[in-house]
Amino acid sequence: MCLLLKGGLVVDPDRNSIKKADVLLEEGRIAAIQPGLKAPDAQTIPVEGCYICPGFIDMHCHLREPGEEMKETILTGTRAAARGGFTAVVAMGNTKPPADSRAVIELVKGQAEAAPVPVYPVGCATKERKGLELAEIGDLVEAGIVALSDDGNPVMNSEVLRRVMEYSTMFNLLIISHCEDTHLSAGGIMHEGYISTLLGLRGIPRAAEEIHVARDIILAEMTGARLHIAHVSSAGSVRLIREAKQRGVRVTAEVTPHHLCLTDEAVMTFDTNTKVNPPLRTPEDVEALCAGLRDGTIDVIATDHAPHTLEEKDVEYNYAPFGISGLETAVSLMWDRLVAKGILTPVQLAQKMACNPAKILGLPERSVKVGNAANLTVINPQLKQPVRVESFVSKGKNSPFNGWELLGWPVLTIVAGKIVMSEGKLTGSERS
Amino acid sequence: MDFKRKDILGLQDLSAEEIELILDTAEPMKEILGRELKKVPTLRGHSVVTLFYEPSTRTRTSFELAAKYLGADTASIAVATSSVQKGESLRDTAKTIEMMGIDVIIIRHAAAGAPHLLSRYVKARVINAGDGAHEHPTQALLDMFTIREKKGRLSGLKVAILGDIAHSRVARSNIWGLTKMGAEVRVIGPPTLMPPDIHKMGARVFYRWEDGLKDVDVINVLRIQLERQQKGLFPSIREYTRLYGLDEEKLRCAKPDVLVLHPGPVNRGIEISPEVQDGPHAVINEQVKNGVAVRMALLYLLMGRGEEDVLTA
Amino acid sequence: MSHHEKNQILDADGIRRALTRIAHEILERNAGTQDLVLIGIRRRGVPLAQRIAAKIKEIEGTSVPLGILDINLYRDDLSRLGYHPVLRKTEVPFSVTDKKVVLVDDVLYTGRTVRAALDAIMDLGRPKLIQLAVLIDRGHRELPIRADFVGKNVPTSRRETISVLLQEVDGIDKVVIEEAE
Repeated sequence: MCLLLKGGLVVDPDRNSIKKADVLLEEGRIAAIQPGLKAPDAQTIPVEGCYICPGFIDMHCHLREPGEEMKETILTGTRAAARGGFTAVVAMGNTKPPADSRAVIELVKGQAEAAPVPVYPVGCATKERKGLELAEIGDLVEAGIVALSDDGNPVMNSEVLRRVMEYSTMFNLLIISHCEDTHLSAGGIMHEGYISTLLGLRGIPRAAEEIHVARDIILAEMTGARLHIAHVSSAGSVRLIREAKQRGVRVTAEVTPHHLCLTDEAVMTFDTNTKVNPPLRTPEDVEALCAGLRDGTIDVIATDHAPHTLEEKDVEYNYAPFGISGLETAVSLMWDRLVAKGILTPVQLAQKMACNPAKILGLPERSVKVGNAANLTVINPQLKQPVRVESFVSKGKNSPFNGWELLGWPVLTIVAGKIVMSEGKLTGSERS
Repeated sequence: MDFKRKDILGLQDLSAEEIELILDTAEPMKEILGRELKKVPTLRGHSVVTLFYEPSTRTRTSFELAAKYLGADTASIAVATSSVQKGESLRDTAKTIEMMGIDVIIIRHAAAGAPHLLSRYVKARVINAGDGAHEHPTQALLDMFTIREKKGRLSGLKVAILGDIAHSRVARSNIWGLTKMGAEVRVIGPPTLMPPDIHKMGARVFYRWEDGLKDVDVINVLRIQLERQQKGLFPSIREYTRLYGLDEEKLRCAKPDVLVLHPGPVNRGIEISPEVQDGPHAVINEQVKNGVAVRMALLYLLMGRGEEDVLTA
Repeated sequence: MSHHEKNQILDADGIRRALTRIAHEILERNAGTQDLVLIGIRRRGVPLAQRIAAKIKEIEGTSVPLGILDINLYRDDLSRLGYHPVLRKTEVPFSVTDKKVVLVDDVLYTGRTVRAALDAIMDLGRPKLIQLAVLIDRGHRELPIRADFVGKNVPTSRRETISVLLQEVDGIDKVVIEEAE
């Protein structure tokens, strides 16, 4: 089966260029890129004015399976990813049971065989994510994990984290750190500042994140481990990472769309969909995060997709779980808020959402190049429509962006040469 | 002016004119409290329910009496005796209450924002009787009523709020209300009990009473939750009492005719000395009476929603 | 709805003469000022009660206790109002129990205000009797209520309104009848 994408704008991060060309896909690979391509046998898809990007990878999402299938399953989560323009996802290991054993990783991979986009699992750094003893990391690597993380349970004992990092170096394995000093953040449910004072809600100070960013950088420097800071939320964290990179520490970092698009003022309505960890911060932090993206301090935009049921979120703010369902809004939010406003170029967006995640995770290179696997995300920059949570295919409808009118939407998701999403609709049966 | 609100969720969103109308309306209500027969038929046929997720005898009783004096029927749902303990969601509880035909729901909840959530679920009017550390509008209104009654005005007065500001909904509602009414508000407490950026609400921050109590017209003493000490927010009750307990020595720093308020219940001898609590400056008992009047005023104003003026002489 | 002034019913002198006559009638009916109290209904019943009290003082040389009644909490139309009327204090600084209470208001129309006032007074105590004095009775009663002392009976249609203007409130003394256009 051949596909011919006609009249699109090919985004080429390698040459930092965008050129108008047709793209021919054959047998799951990119067969040709040039203007005026003719392929009578191919299915022709007109994509005039749309950007053809290397396939986006969400390197931080929660698919909830096994254990919390009422929130999401690997199938619904990957369908949401496809609908949101992602051609692959990295699944965090805070499942029930946690991904601290080969058995869980194999289960995830087994379930993912029916998924429309590939799933790369993250293994736990410590047994049961308790931060006490190393997980069987070697076994997890053989099972196919792409990184280590205890995610929401940061390893509080620095000695344990040191050993995790040291041990990981023999596999050159990435450590993803959720940076949070849980003593400083204890009981907190939003950013600590003027708004938390107004609302009388317990705050989480920036220091809770920054102390762990600093500590983890120091340990990475000491052990030579590859460190990736998840969901950076504060200006201070950006500063610490920038400085560490200048010193040559092997550290990378990601930011979520919601930390770029919202501030703690959104909590004023007590909408529990704004409850997220790390919390939404201030306009100054958002500005620093954008600057970090632009100057390369922050390498990746990832969703931290955290679906919850309506019942769990439709409660008092204190009692609601943390998390935002982000897979189906991420690309559009980033186009509307960053690209359309000139903060990032389309090429930079492709780097943050496709090339850099692949590089950091050690996956095959993502670029629109002849011979490469045909993983593509096509974005229509003219399409303007509102976010409607009712139309989410994710089980998690917990989005603070419901009703937002956004410009620029993914209109085509192609995985290994096969269309999995077209015009917002999932196509065909799942990937075999 | 017309009072067109459905709910009273906090003083942050009330205007000075609305606050003034509430206080003005509380005056005739207080007259009713002085009568032998303390009952008017105004809200006859209407029903008021108190939904308390936190124990509070005095606030709940005050609301229930206010409703009863106005002729309304009342019912109360308390955590210990309700399905709340079985884990029913606020949404389901709200719907159940609504189905019973309740006109006003008075809610007290440990979680900030719970009244706002409730008001989205029901058509009934909602009054916030305290939500977490967020707001306690009726307490602040009764404090302001008491101050205005004794001092004849609110504008231009220096009012100090003393104690655990960080965890106090009384402090927040008082800051909103008093600053709107033109008073100067000071907050006094240790830095560990002071929430960040509170000065942006319009209050001046003091850590030491020698500075904060100087020449104030009113001191509102907050209740100190003794478990805060265990959480490491101050070293000991003894030291708290020494540095922040209102005694006669500290009182001398204020104006000679200073008023002393306390929202109750008092930790006698801890945040306020017995001499001051029982002394001539304290109006703590008067506050309790005024609380009923202010809550009557709110119920009266909130229930005034309908079609048109039809009474003719 | 706009109104146009149709007719002046009483001028300042007319009001004065009517109140003088009412004062005399009250004294005559009650055989003096023993146990007599006057209670004006807010708002224009209050200055009228004050004027009648002054007249009684002039005639008898004794002051009768004077009270003020706000009947808003007793209205039967509160739930039908767009908003609740501004509440003022009821000021009856004496016991009404065993007193001869004369209620004073400006206009008697449907009788609903007087019904509310009767309930309000009953809640304050148990008077020996209650009488009603009004400056104008315009008819159209909806309740079995009548006035004991009337300044002037004015037959009206329901489309008309009666405005009592008093020096203390309005800066002028007169009573006019207006018709809705």
